[in-house]
Amino acid sequence: MLKLHYNLEKVSMGLVAAIIAVASVGGIVEIAPLFTIKQTVEIPEDLRPLTPLELAGRQIYIREGCYACHSQMIRSLADEIDRYGPYSLASESAWDRPMLWGSKRTGPDLARLGGKYSDAWHVAHLMNPRDVVPVSIMPAYPWLMAPLDTSLLRDRLATLARLGVPYTSEMITRAEADARAQANPDAPDAAEVQARYGERVAVRAFDGDRGRLTEMDALVAYLQSLGTLTNAAWRLAEEAQP
Amino acid sequence: MKATATLTKSERQTGIGLAIALAVMGFAMAAAARHGVMAIHGGMAMVLGLALVFVLGGALYDHPEPGADRLSRYYDAPIRFGIAMTLIWAVIGMGVGVWVAALMYWPEATPLWDWTSYGRLRPVHTSGVIFGFGGNALIATSLYVVQRTSRARLADALSPWVVLIGYNLFCLWAVSGYLMGVTQSKEYAEAPWYADIWLVAIWLTYFALYIRTLARRAEPHIYVANWYYLAFILVVAILHIINNLALPVRWTSAESFPIWSGVQDAMIQWWYGHNAVAFFLTAGFLGMLYYFLPVRAQRPIWSYRLSILSFWGIVFFYMWAGSHHLHYTALPYWVQTLGMTFSVMLLVPSWASAGNAIATLNGAWHKVRDDAVLRFMFVAAVFYGLSTFEGSFLAIRPVNSLSHYTDWTVGHVHSGTLGWVAMIVFGAIYSLVPKLWGRENMAWPRAVEWHFWLAVAGTLVYVVSLWNAGITQGLMWRTYDANGALSYSFIETVEAMLPYYALRTLGGGLFLAGAILCALNCRATMRAAGSREDAADRPLAVQPAE
Repeated sequence: MLKLHYNLEKVSMGLVAAIIAVASVGGIVEIAPLFTIKQTVEIPEDLRPLTPLELAGRQIYIREGCYACHSQMIRSLADEIDRYGPYSLASESAWDRPMLWGSKRTGPDLARLGGKYSDAWHVAHLMNPRDVVPVSIMPAYPWLMAPLDTSLLRDRLATLARLGVPYTSEMITRAEADARAQANPDAPDAAEVQARYGERVAVRAFDGDRGRLTEMDALVAYLQSLGTLTNAAWRLAEEAQP
Repeated sequence: MKATATLTKSERQTGIGLAIALAVMGFAMAAAARHGVMAIHGGMAMVLGLALVFVLGGALYDHPEPGADRLSRYYDAPIRFGIAMTLIWAVIGMGVGVWVAALMYWPEATPLWDWTSYGRLRPVHTSGVIFGFGGNALIATSLYVVQRTSRARLADALSPWVVLIGYNLFCLWAVSGYLMGVTQSKEYAEAPWYADIWLVAIWLTYFALYIRTLARRAEPHIYVANWYYLAFILVVAILHIINNLALPVRWTSAESFPIWSGVQDAMIQWWYGHNAVAFFLTAGFLGMLYYFLPVRAQRPIWSYRLSILSFWGIVFFYMWAGSHHLHYTALPYWVQTLGMTFSVMLLVPSWASAGNAIATLNGAWHKVRDDAVLRFMFVAAVFYGLSTFEGSFLAIRPVNSLSHYTDWTVGHVHSGTLGWVAMIVFGAIYSLVPKLWGRENMAWPRAVEWHFWLAVAGTLVYVVSLWNAGITQGLMWRTYDANGALSYSFIETVEAMLPYYALRTLGGGLFLAGAILCALNCRATMRAAGSREDAADRPLAVQPAE
C-alpha cells in the first residue's frame, strides 16, 4: 500500500482522479437512493401547493433570513411533539424549494404555526415584536407595510411548475389576480382562489386593510399556511393513538 | 514594485482584453435586468472591469518589460494582493459577526432599515468570514505553498489575478446581495445563481493554474500540503455545483428555485454544508498547517504514514457525515445512522492529523514558548483536535437530540472557526507578511503577542458561554413538571440565554480586536517594505519562457 501511494503522489492527475473517486462514494450511497425509494416521500392526496400570495410571503421569509432563527422541522421527540404538534413528515415539504427546515431555534419552530395566532397578532408582532412579547429578541420589520411587488408571481409559479409542483396553467396565468383577491375578500374573483387552491385556503385582509396589497399581507398569509397544506401528520398521529 | 510592473506587455494587453470582457459582461447583465439586484451587480462588474482597464491601460507603457530573470523567482505579487484581501475581509466579516452577536441580546442595536436587519446581516458575517477571509487566505497561501513545495514558478502570471479578483467579485456580489434581500437561503450557499456560475468559471481557472504549476514541479513527489489543497479545490467544486443547481425564475432576475426539493434538498444541503466545513474549512487549512507549521518549527512532519492515513480518511469519511445534521427529522433513518457512524469514525483521521501536527513540534517546544507565531499554529492544532472530538460527539443521535437547534452547535462551529481556522490563518499571515514584503520581522513584533492572547481569550469566552447557553436551552426545552406538562414556555428559554449572548459578544469582541490589531500590524509592515531576499527561496530550475 505504501509503495502504491509512493508512486501515486508522483502523478498529479492520478491524485486528482483518486480524490474525486474516494470523495464521491459517500454522496452516491446516501443521496442517490433518496430519489428512487418510493417510501421516502409519499405525497398525500390532500396536499396543496402554496397560493401565489403565500409563495410571495415565503420569498419574503427567505429574503429577511427568518430561517436563520426559526426551524420548520418538528423532530420525533416527545417534548417537541408536546410543544409544537405532530412531528414533521417528508411529504409536508415535498414541494418546498428550497426546504426551510432550518438548523437553529433562536425562536420557536414554525412548522405548525398556521392558525395559532390571529392575523392582527402577527402584524403587531412583525411591526414590533416587543409590543406583544416584551422580552422578545426578534427584529422589527416595519418596512413590510410596503406594497407587494407582484411582477414575478407568474414566473415563480411557472418555474415551480416546470420543476414538478402541480400548478395548472390557469393558476399560472391568474397568479397576480389570485394574489390580490386572496388579500381582499371583497374582490369579485375572491371565490376563485378557493376554487383553485381548495376550501382550506384563507381569503382575508391579512394586514387588516382590504384596500392595499402589502408585503405584510403576503408574509402573514404564508405564516398562517404553515402546517395547513395537508392533514397527513394529524391523521398519522391519530392512527398512532392506542 | 507595482503589481502591473510584474506583467509583460503582452500580458498587460491580454489583461486589458479580459477586463473589457468583464465590463461588457457587467453591462450586459445590467442592461438585461434593467432594475433590481442583478442590475446593480452587473453595474458592479462593469465598474470593476473599467477600473481594471484603466489600471492596466495606464501601466501599459509606464513600466519597462520585466526582465527574463523574473522566471528564476517565484511569482508572489498576486499572493500579496490575496493576503491584503484576507485582512480586509477578516475585519468586515468578524466586525459584522460582533454586530449580529450584539443584536441577539439588544435587538434595537441597529437602525430600522431593512438592510441592517439581523436576518440580512447574518449571512454577511458567515460568507464574509468563510469565503472572504478563509477563501482569500486559502487561495493566497495555496499559490505560495505550491510554488515552494514544487520548486517551480506559477504556470502563468495572468490567471492568478483572474482567480483572486474574480473570487473577490463573487464575495462582493454575495454579501451585497444579502443586504439587498437576495439569498438562496441554503446555508453557506446563499449567493444568487449567476454568482454561483461565475464562481464555477473562476474555480476551473484556479484548478487549471494549480495543476499546471504542479506539472512543472522540480520535485518528483507532490508534498502532502498540496494533496489537501487539491482536495479542497476539487471537492468544493463538486459540492458547489450539485448543491446550487437551480432554475432562475427569470433570466433577468436574481431569484431562483433549486431543482431539489424537500427531503432530498435537505440531504443535499447538509451533504454540502458539512463538507463545506470539511473541504473548505478543514482540508485547505490542513494544507496550510502541513506547510507553515513544520517550516516555522524547522522540524520535518513527524510521520509520513500518518499523513497518508489521515488524508484519505478525511477525504472518504467526511462525505458521509452530513446527514448527522438531520437526526430525528423526516430524513430516512438509515441515512441518519450512516451519517452518525461515519462522523464517529472521522475522529480517527482527524486526531491523526492533529496528533501528527503536535508531534512535529517535538524538539521545538522552546520555540512554541518564545514565538507567538508558532504558538498560533500550535493552538490551532489543539483546537482542531478538540473541535473534531466535539463534532463526532455531537453527531451521536441522543447527544444531538439535546444539542441540535441550540447554541451548542454555534459554539462548536466557533471553536473550529476561531480556534482552528482563524488561528492557523493568523500563523500563516505572520509568517508570510514579513517574507513577502522583504523584511526580517513584522513592524510591531510585540503586537503579535497581544493578538495571540486576545484571540485565545476571545475564543475561550465565546465557546464556553455558548456551551452553557446551548446545554441550558436544550435541557429547558425538554423539562417536564410533576404533572407531565412542559415546564418552560419558549420565551423563558430565550430569556435564560441573554447573559450568555452578552458574554459571547464580549468574546467575539476580543477576537475582533486581535484581528484589527493584526490588520494594522500588517499594514505597518507593508508600508515599511524592505528589499530582503532569501537566496534559497527560488525555483530549482529556470523555467523556459512561454
